[in-house]
Amino acid sequence: MRIELEKRASPSQAYALLSPVIALALTLVAGAILFAALGKDPAHALYVLFIGPLTEIWSLHELAVKAAPLIMIGVGLSVCYRCNNWNIGAEGQLVIGAITGSIIPVLFNDWHSPLVLPLMLVMGMIGGALYAAIPAFLKAQTNTNEILTSLMLVYVAQLFLDWMVRGPWRDPEGFNFPVTRQFQDEAILPELLDSGRANLGIVFAILAAFAIWFMMRYTLKGFEIKVIGASERAGRFAGFSRKGMIWFSMMLSGALAGLAGICEVSGVINKLQPEISPGYGFTAIIVAFLGRLNPLGVIVAGLVLGLTYLGGEGAQIELNISDKVVRVFQGMLLFFVLACDTLSIYRVRLSLARAAREA
Amino acid sequence: MGIFESILLTIATAATPLLIAAIGELVVERSGVLNLGVEGMMVMGAVCGFAGASLAGSPWIGLLAGVAAGAVFSQLFAVLTLSIATNQVATGLSLTLLGLGLSGMIGEPFVGEAGEKLPSLFIPGLSELPLVGRLVFGQDPIFYLSVILALVTAWFLFRTRAGLTLRSIGDNPASAHALGIAVIRYRYLAVLFGGACAGLAGAHLSLVYTPQWVENMTAGRGWIALALVVFASWRPARVAAGAYLFGGVTIGQLHAQALGFGIPSQLLSALPYLATVVVLVMMSRNKRLMMVNTPASLGRPFVPER
Repeated sequence: MRIELEKRASPSQAYALLSPVIALALTLVAGAILFAALGKDPAHALYVLFIGPLTEIWSLHELAVKAAPLIMIGVGLSVCYRCNNWNIGAEGQLVIGAITGSIIPVLFNDWHSPLVLPLMLVMGMIGGALYAAIPAFLKAQTNTNEILTSLMLVYVAQLFLDWMVRGPWRDPEGFNFPVTRQFQDEAILPELLDSGRANLGIVFAILAAFAIWFMMRYTLKGFEIKVIGASERAGRFAGFSRKGMIWFSMMLSGALAGLAGICEVSGVINKLQPEISPGYGFTAIIVAFLGRLNPLGVIVAGLVLGLTYLGGEGAQIELNISDKVVRVFQGMLLFFVLACDTLSIYRVRLSLARAAREA
Repeated sequence: MGIFESILLTIATAATPLLIAAIGELVVERSGVLNLGVEGMMVMGAVCGFAGASLAGSPWIGLLAGVAAGAVFSQLFAVLTLSIATNQVATGLSLTLLGLGLSGMIGEPFVGEAGEKLPSLFIPGLSELPLVGRLVFGQDPIFYLSVILALVTAWFLFRTRAGLTLRSIGDNPASAHALGIAVIRYRYLAVLFGGACAGLAGAHLSLVYTPQWVENMTAGRGWIALALVVFASWRPARVAAGAYLFGGVTIGQLHAQALGFGIPSQLLSALPYLATVVVLVMMSRNKRLMMVNTPASLGRPFVPER
C-alpha cells in the first residue's frame, strides 16, 4: 500500500479553517494516549492541562501574561514566513530587546518620569529590530542562509545577557546574585485590573495583531508580501524588491520580538536576570503556524499555546507530571498542524501499489 | 601524555559528533531534502543512548539505542515531508522542537545519574607509542566509526551507481522519476541514514564526550552540523575538515577559559556560534560556488506525477 497525493484544483477553503481545529483535536488524542502510557487518567490530565486554567479569574490573568509575548512574536513571524524569510531567532531578538529596553531603568534608576516607560518600549523594539537586521543583512548582501545565522545569534544573545547581569549590570546591592537592580515604579508596565497580574502587554499584542492584519489586507505592502511569498519571480516582474522585503520582514519581526522581551521584563520580572523567557521565541514559531500565518489566527493560537504553559504548571502540581510534557504537546501540535495544512492543498489517497499502476 | 597530545585528543572528541551528524545530513541534502531536525534527532540519540546504557548496564546497548532513536525519529519527518509533501523547513523545525521536548521528558529520571563511558581502544604496545599512540590507537570506538563513515560516504556518493542516482535525484527529481527511479524511496533511505547518524552523534555526546544526561545537552551542535554541510559545499572531505576546525575552536575556547586572560567566559563560549556565522558568510557570498554545489532541488517538495 502507498500514499498518493493529488493536487486540488484550488486550495479547499473550508478545510483551511478546519485544519487547525483538526490538528488540535489530534494533539489532544495523542496527548491522551501519552498520559495513559504514563499511567495517568487521560481525561483528568487533559482537564488539568486545558480546562482547569480557564476556570479561575487569576489564572485567566496568567493566560494573558503568557499569551502576550507569543502573540507579539507570532504575528511578526507570520509576516516573515509568508514571504519565505525564515527568521527562527526570535528568542535572541527578544533577549536583545529586553536588554536595550532596560538601559534606562538599569542605568538611570533614579529618573522618575512618565517618559521612562514609552522610551523603554521604543528602545526594546529598536534593539530587537537591529539584532534581526544582522541575519537580514547577511541574507540580502551575502546570500547567507538566515535560518542558521538567526539561530546561532540566539545563543550569542543569551550569553551576552548572562554576561551583562553577572558583569557590568549586576546589582551592587544584590548580594552577588546575577540580577540587575529592581526597576523603578515608572519603568513597570501597569497592570490592567486589580483582580490579577495581566498587564498592558496583552493589549499591545492584540493591537499589533490587528495592525498587521490591516497591513496584510488593505495595504500595498501586504500585497507585496503575499506576491513575493507566492512567487519570487512574479514579485520581480511586479517590481517588488526581494532585498527590501528581507529587510522589512526580518526587522518587523525583530521589533515585535524585542517588544515582547521588554514587556516581559518590565511587566513580569521587573529586573534583568540570566533567564527571562521560557522559550517564547521558539514557541511563537508554532503559534504562527497554528494561526495559519494569519494575524487574527495568531491571536487564537497564542492563547492556545499560552494555555499549554499554564496547564503545564498545573500538571506539575496536581498530577505530579514534569512540566516538560508541555513541550512535547507543543511539538506534537506543530506536527499535526503541518500535516493537516498540506491536506488543504492535496487530496490524499491510499492505494495498493500494483492496482494503481494498472489503472 | 603531553599537553599537546591531550589537546589533539580532545579536539578529536569534540569534532567526532559534528562530523557524524554533518555526514548524515550531507547525504540527506544530496538527495534534495533539507532536514532541519538534526538538533532534535541528535538530542533524542543522546537521551536514548544514555537511558539505554543505564537501563541495560552496557554503554554498547546505549550506543545502539541512540542510533535507533535517531533513525526512528527521522521517519516522522520522512512521512510528513515525503509522503504528504509538507514544507521541509517547518517540518524540520518541528522535529527539533519535539525532540527537545521529548528528550527532556524521557531524560528526567536520569538527570544527575553518573553515566558509564564507552571504553576507549587499547592495544598494548601500539597505544603506548609516543605522540601518535593514543591519537591513532587509543580513541573511543565512535571516533573510528566516524572516520570510516566519512570515507564510505565519500566512496558511496562519488564512486557507486547508487550514489550517482542519489545525487541526480537531488538535482532533478522529476527527470529521475521519469527514468523510473524510485525518488521517494531513495529519499526515505537518505533521511533514515541521516537520522541514524544524528542519533549516533548524540549518543557520542552522552556516552563519550560528557557521560551524563543534561537537558538540551546538544547545545546547538545539530545546527552547527547543518552549517558545516553548507560550509563544506556538500563534500564529505570538506565536512571532515570543517568538523575538526570547529572541534579546534571549541577546545581552544575551553582552554582559554581555563587560563582566564581576563576575557569574559561568555564571550569565549559564544565563539563557536560566531565562528559558524563567519564561515557561513565566507562560503555563501561566493554565489557561483554555491550555485554549482548546492543540490538544485534542495528543500523543494517533490510529488511524483502518475
